[in-house]
Amino acid sequence: MKRSDALAAIYPAIQDDIVVTIMGAVAAELYSLGHKPNFFYLEHAMGLATSMGLGIALCRPNRRVVVLDGDGSLLMNLGTLSTMARYRPRNLLHIVFDNESLLSVGGFPTATSTGTDLAAVARGCGVPGVSTVSTVDALAQAVEAASDLTTIVAKVDATGPASFHMDLGLIENRLQFARALREG
Amino acid sequence: MRPRLLNLPRKGAATRLPVSVESSRRIYDALKACDVRLISALPETWLVHILRLAEEDPGMTLVRLAKEEEGVGISAGASLAGVNSAMLMQNHGLLAAVNPIVSLALLYKIPLLMLISYRGHMGERDPWQTQGGLVTEPLLQALNIPTWTLRADDDVTRRIRDAQTLAHAALHPVAVLLTRELMWEEA
Repeated sequence: MKRSDALAAIYPAIQDDIVVTIMGAVAAELYSLGHKPNFFYLEHAMGLATSMGLGIALCRPNRRVVVLDGDGSLLMNLGTLSTMARYRPRNLLHIVFDNESLLSVGGFPTATSTGTDLAAVARGCGVPGVSTVSTVDALAQAVEAASDLTTIVAKVDATGPASFHMDLGLIENRLQFARALREG
Repeated sequence: MRPRLLNLPRKGAATRLPVSVESSRRIYDALKACDVRLISALPETWLVHILRLAEEDPGMTLVRLAKEEEGVGISAGASLAGVNSAMLMQNHGLLAAVNPIVSLALLYKIPLLMLISYRGHMGERDPWQTQGGLVTEPLLQALNIPTWTLRADDDVTRRIRDAQTLAHAALHPVAVLLTRELMWEEA
């Protein structure tokens, strides 16, 4: 499955949620589907999108928080799965787009290309809802079914947009997002 | 990675170590007075009483981390969600969190209130703590992070409140170094 098709399929289901994405292709593709003030694109600090999502989810238990993660980012902060599971915010949905590579820096293969199973790691850490999906329909169903802390590993092709450019300053995004959280 | 061994008799369980209960209470009360509602922390000997107070407080969310860098993300999320938070860590945890401090907090202008146990400085007996102690203040200066070095005679409430006030006004991390003389009652 192409990540852009996967994002397009789940966009209607997550567009009103608090969304935190990693940098690179995921951010650019979500942005191109239509930016919303409740979307935050973490354009650096690889691995910390889940930590940000956890912080928000604990502080805003009545809002669903969706973290759009990647295999390279998650591998930089595997401990985050144990912390997420320990506090188990039921309003946190963690989607890992696993293309088995660090696409944004040239496509170097990650450890998921040689057998590391991020879903098994999440399960082993105690995340209650874990699945691996490889079709757009299966992803959409898994997103719809999520009712507790959930990690969905979505296996996607190692392809991305021609450009990662977004017409949105980092600070502009940060201030707009904070305002959306305050008002929402 | 961050040994917490102590040159003490083996009978010394954490609760019997000479960590200052009084100072810990003053620091915790100061955080409460600042409306801090979320604390992230990695267990650390000097911080045991503060962590216990946080754990026993139904008005506090205590997030125990696997590694300190997670705390930067959690506090950033809390801040954007409008909740005051604090990070509790050893200075070696600060070293572990440097990239997120730079690539998240400084880059995105996120206020952080970091309370850091200042190991490896004056009075330190454990050789393994000393390198971290020697680089702590130079590192904070290099990162341009305003820093209080909190000692026993200082007005803990005022200094922690002022640190938080500056963090919020500047949208910038601030550090409060918890010194040995504040936290450790053994001479």
